[in-house]
Amino acid sequence: MSAQIKYRIGKSAGFQGLTILLASSCVIPLVAILLYIIRAGITKINWSFITNVEKPVGEIGGGVAHALVGSLIIILMAAIVAVPIGILCGIYLGENRNSKLAYWSRLSVDILQGVPSIVIGIVVYIWLVKPFGYSAISGSIALAIMMLPIVVKSTEETLKLLPDNIKEAAYALGMPFHRVILKVILPCGISGILSGVMLSVARIAGETAPLLFTAFGCQFLTTDVRKPMETLPHLIFKYAISPYNDWKDLAWGASLILLIFVLLLNFFTRLITRKWKVQL
Amino acid sequence: MDTSINKDVITRPEDSLGRVITSTINATSVRTAGRIRRSYRQIRTENVFRKTLIIVSLCMVVLILGILFTLIVQAFPSIKALGAGYLWGKTWDPVQDVYGALPFLLGTLLTSFLGLLISLPFSFAVAIFLGEYYPKGWLPNLLKNAVELIAAVPSVIYGFWGLAVLIPMVQSLETKMGVPPVGYGIFSSALVLSIMVIPYSASLGRSMITMVPSSLKEAAYSLGATRWEVIRSVIIPYTKSGLFAGVLLSLGRALGETMAVTMVIGNTTQMPHSIFDTGNTMASVIANELGEADKRVYNAALIELGLVLFFVTVIINVIGKKVIGKFS
Amino acid sequence: MESTIVKAVNYNSYFGDNHVVKDVNIEIPRNNVIAVMGPSGCGKTTFLRGINRMHELIPGATAKGQIMLNGEDVMEMHPIFVRLKIGMVFQRPNPFPNLSIYDNVIAGYKLNGIKLPKAERDKIVQHSLERVALWKEVKDSLNKKGTFLSGGQQQRLCIARAVAMEPEVLLFDEPTSALDPISTSTVEELFHELKKNYTLIIVTHNMQQAARCSDKTAFFYMGELVEYDDTKQMFTNPKDTRTQNYITGRFS
Repeated sequence: MSAQIKYRIGKSAGFQGLTILLASSCVIPLVAILLYIIRAGITKINWSFITNVEKPVGEIGGGVAHALVGSLIIILMAAIVAVPIGILCGIYLGENRNSKLAYWSRLSVDILQGVPSIVIGIVVYIWLVKPFGYSAISGSIALAIMMLPIVVKSTEETLKLLPDNIKEAAYALGMPFHRVILKVILPCGISGILSGVMLSVARIAGETAPLLFTAFGCQFLTTDVRKPMETLPHLIFKYAISPYNDWKDLAWGASLILLIFVLLLNFFTRLITRKWKVQL
Repeated sequence: MDTSINKDVITRPEDSLGRVITSTINATSVRTAGRIRRSYRQIRTENVFRKTLIIVSLCMVVLILGILFTLIVQAFPSIKALGAGYLWGKTWDPVQDVYGALPFLLGTLLTSFLGLLISLPFSFAVAIFLGEYYPKGWLPNLLKNAVELIAAVPSVIYGFWGLAVLIPMVQSLETKMGVPPVGYGIFSSALVLSIMVIPYSASLGRSMITMVPSSLKEAAYSLGATRWEVIRSVIIPYTKSGLFAGVLLSLGRALGETMAVTMVIGNTTQMPHSIFDTGNTMASVIANELGEADKRVYNAALIELGLVLFFVTVIINVIGKKVIGKFS
Repeated sequence: MESTIVKAVNYNSYFGDNHVVKDVNIEIPRNNVIAVMGPSGCGKTTFLRGINRMHELIPGATAKGQIMLNGEDVMEMHPIFVRLKIGMVFQRPNPFPNLSIYDNVIAGYKLNGIKLPKAERDKIVQHSLERVALWKEVKDSLNKKGTFLSGGQQQRLCIARAVAMEPEVLLFDEPTSALDPISTSTVEELFHELKKNYTLIIVTHNMQQAARCSDKTAFFYMGELVEYDDTKQMFTNPKDTRTQNYITGRFS
């Protein structure tokens, strides 16, 4: 074998080695972060942590109950708004490839996906907070706007993948359009649509920026959605940048809870996509 | 046989083309008559459903236009008062009513591009690893999931970890380099961003690389090319635009990132002179100051920053999606 | 009762500006099996799908003319009514993948929100499955999903689903072209039984199938109905040279 060829083969092997090295090192920061948070947070989680609310600095026994409840309420409200609207829009885009409205609507959804979360926070601040004050509702609306593109796109993609002949069979039985969609097409595509919904929830569960000027934060456990409400990511932010060590400790515990929640959602999404996929 | 249907006093519904339904099938049984009555109702519901779908899709367009319009209107006092000088003004001093956005433009560009640059070798490596070398198998699958998980971690957690772990590391680096060991700054933000941004170009790059037709690769192999040569002369040129779109998507993500950057960048409003300086990005200054901006022009100036951010990220994302669209 | 059940009068179909079915006039007698044959692209499937108004589901597709069902013009009605009386079976078997065999048979009722008492539902399911000679094979596994059946069984399930709606006419769009020969002959045997209660219009690519199964045959060529006659007549003594050429295999 000539030296030239040996060199070329060596170069190829070298490149492969370099690729393996760089690719595997991407896992390092992820593992480092996960381990650090688990280590820093696990000792802080106990019963009082989960059930207590914010105490003034210096007093022991602070907890994150108000943030947990607040996050749950705000996420639920955001989902109630975003999921039906997103699915309906996804149905329209999936059924109408070529109409003018579909083109502009699709473009709008694409643009919306790229808008930074803080800009959405600004806009909802102007629409709802300036006139009515900080409130959990405004936070939910901001998060719902962020959920929409994910739900729309996953619904549209799922429907596009379903074969046409199922639809034809339904029409041939005399079914009207809304029944063909709601009773035949959606059930066949439920795994894709559901995973889109879960991914969108995982996305907004950790969002802080839009909540900075909408739901704001609150020291008390409240369920009044017209008032400011604390959320887990916002609490983490507030405590993390504070100079108080016991607040920072609480932030680690809260980070662990948030991380586990988001990772579980991602895990369940993959499970559902595999188990509920309808055998076509 | 009962051949008459119960032509009840119901208003005739319209079909999807708007024509009033004037005739129907003669019922040949009571069961069919019931089905015909039900079908009238179904046709009406069908029309309502179709109209609802159209309205919802229209709402998306209205939403985007509303966002744009709101930003412009609210930023207007600042646009009017400060004009174009806003974009290259170097001083941001709300107390003195001086608003120059250049420090933040610079901060954004520096953190994003530096972060992107640092991430590129890694994300390309992942894309080529998963797309070409090891597309199947449980270990590569693990890597794929791990990289996707990077995108799932909330940004506030990245920021907190950056605060606790990265900043001390950067501080010791700065000490070794003889620079004031602040820790916070553009460099630290770029580091955090580089991690956060890997999945976007990696997963897009991977799917582009898997789409290279094997006939092209086989042609090169049959001419005696090594694997690296096939990658360099067949795969990369074929996926050039797709890889570029992935880079754009990562850039768009980096430009709009707020929380992680806010926690690590130091939040000062002076012009940064080196990457180890503290500074601010457009997103982080909005996050810090919008809640307390009481003066009209101050408020508008911050919103104008939001407007600039909106345009920049939207343009980058739309270009990226159009490039991808050419491939699907 | 009149003996003509379906009559097309000056019927034309278009895809956009493309004139695909040209001026078809045909009278189809009750309780007969009509084969519609012709080379690829001759418009036979488009014509068939026009009869139960499935043609216009394709964007840009339009149709002109009349199609009379028992004297009433199908083109003037909302498609839902038409499909109550005219059922369709497709080329590839398409049972609903998320429904059981039982639910597939009464899908026309269930998915339309028509609530029937269980006894009646059971009766319809059994009756329809018997009509397609599937009852004995599946009566113990009615709760299994429809997609686990073989191709031929799936197609018979789709026929049962159409039959359960008590239509008067059954349209078949190349129903056996995706099936193996044994399943094909099982389905073809059904045609003979089904015509006692329904009128069958079958589009087929397979001349031998047309000759075997039908009472009358229609030959389409380039969008026109070239010849329409009793099957025996058409295959032994075709009147038009184009029909002659097709039958003798000069083109297919």
